[in-house]
Amino acid sequence: MATTREWLLTESPASRLQARLGRSYRMLLALLRNPLAVLGAMIVLALVIIAIFAPFFATHSPYTVELTDRLQPPSKEFWLGTDELGRDIWSRLVFGARITLIIVVLVAAIAAPLGTIVGAVSGYLGGWADRILMGITDIFLSMPKLILALAFVAALGPGIENAVIAIAITSWPAYARIARAETLTIRNCEFIFAARLQGASAARIIVRHILPLCSSSVIIRVTLDMAGIILTAAGLGFLGLGAQPPLPEWGAMISRGRAFILDQWWVATMPGFAIVIVSLGFCFLGDGLRDVLDPKSGNSQ
Amino acid sequence: MTTAFTFLGLLAITFFIGRVVPIDPVLAVVGDRAPQAVYERVREEMGLDRPLFVQFFSYVGDVLSGNFGMSVTTQRPVLDDLMQVFPATLEMATLGIIIGVALGVPMGVIAASRQGSLTDQAIRVVGLLGYSMPAFWLGLVGLLVFYARLQWVAGPGRIDIFYDGLIPTATGLMLVDSLVAGDLDVFWNAVSHIVLPASILGFFSLAYIARMTRSFMLNQLGQEYVTTARVKGVSERAVIWRHAFRPIRVPLITVVGLSYAGLLEGSVMIETVFSWPGIGNYLTAALFNADMNAVLGATLVIGAVFIVINKVSDALYRVLDPRAQ
Repeated sequence: MATTREWLLTESPASRLQARLGRSYRMLLALLRNPLAVLGAMIVLALVIIAIFAPFFATHSPYTVELTDRLQPPSKEFWLGTDELGRDIWSRLVFGARITLIIVVLVAAIAAPLGTIVGAVSGYLGGWADRILMGITDIFLSMPKLILALAFVAALGPGIENAVIAIAITSWPAYARIARAETLTIRNCEFIFAARLQGASAARIIVRHILPLCSSSVIIRVTLDMAGIILTAAGLGFLGLGAQPPLPEWGAMISRGRAFILDQWWVATMPGFAIVIVSLGFCFLGDGLRDVLDPKSGNSQ
Repeated sequence: MTTAFTFLGLLAITFFIGRVVPIDPVLAVVGDRAPQAVYERVREEMGLDRPLFVQFFSYVGDVLSGNFGMSVTTQRPVLDDLMQVFPATLEMATLGIIIGVALGVPMGVIAASRQGSLTDQAIRVVGLLGYSMPAFWLGLVGLLVFYARLQWVAGPGRIDIFYDGLIPTATGLMLVDSLVAGDLDVFWNAVSHIVLPASILGFFSLAYIARMTRSFMLNQLGQEYVTTARVKGVSERAVIWRHAFRPIRVPLITVVGLSYAGLLEGSVMIETVFSWPGIGNYLTAALFNADMNAVLGATLVIGAVFIVINKVSDALYRVLDPRAQ
């Protein structure tokens, strides 16, 4: 074990792989020194595990209606109580974790690459392409995200897919800005010139040399944005524009519980705690990642 | 110039959204059983047979002349509706930003002056909570605790039905109108209604304001002039408030402007929870009724106000900061 550690932390790595692994290991060590980041990572990990193995964590079926058990307070049988159709809230939250995870992963998978490519192309090519692409980006950036997402979903119709599309459409511009700023700092580096002199096309330079270097800033930003994505998705669900019943989406569950808030408080409050915990986890992790990967823009020091 | 470009972009987006609606606007007027000839005639009358860019220009012209179309739900021009509901949102967001600044700025300064302490950590967590709580959920929990259980504040709505319509509408801002009319009963009732939703909005702006204040302050406290002041024996209190705080007032204006614009947006969810008769409530009601004119009109107005506040705070920054001139 000690030798592995030495191999990872050596000052003179013998291979590219060793250097890369060593760098990741140092980052991991730095991340582990930040207690909030560790807590965040644990929350996110728990979310992923619970989502994947939902049937093992759920104590009841999330969909079976049992009217004799309706609106039961939290108890040994129903850990977080039951809703107005007698469904166990804990089990619904567990299965709802899947929906939340799918939404954030899909939004990140659409918006982050799209924004990064737009930003990298814009920064590398410069000139007219830059002006047009950044003009569009700035228009989207200067507009209220939630309102735009609402209007898009109103036009496309309610549902998870459309909610994902609407959130992705409103969140890519931030990544384009970041990727462009990174690209501008590296486009005049010597290794880029070297690649160009060897006859590499613009597309090849962007894909092979520029995008990998933009990725760490974009990843930090994506992690920090996750909380916002979760909140927007839950907000759309709350308004009835996101996931449709009987899907156990957390925002929609709060909306159903609204009618019982005064007497059966647990129906609406429990899903909210789930949202807060998961969003907070992503915030903590993102904050920690920023301090580790990108110390220059961190505002904590 | 760029502002005009941004507005054009906003119009292009709302126009585009209006075009991707799966509902055929002609069918909405003539019904599904209309003969082809009638359908074609109405389509021509509505101008939908013209090329897209011509339609876009006529849309821009309509919006600029204040024609946002009719609302299907209220049967009134959308612009009239918006003018009527906007003051309610403005009142709540303004009170929210006042609360946010009054608490957020001191919190940020204190966090920076005790960097790394338990206070600093606590303020950081409060700030991150502001980023991770759904506004609608916090509104519901607030209603449950402060209205239903503790009975400290009044419930949803702007005013009790008992007081509704007692005072003449002058500005549309309930707090101002009641003071102008000299009716303190109405004023205090309105206060007890607005205080909870405004505080919740304030909490969300506080998160951002405190965070930014802290980082600006840390930047200043590391400067040499601060060390000089300390060496000269200036008290820590004076160092912080008189020396370090002064230069950050200008960038803080931009931060406050941004969060004010954000609150107009955040009020959509809060208004829905508190049945607050503002633009957010209007927007969500329109969403449910598939009232696209109203949806797009509200989107346009919120978007436009958002852009204007951003530009104004940018401009203020340039005017107030001597280095930027």
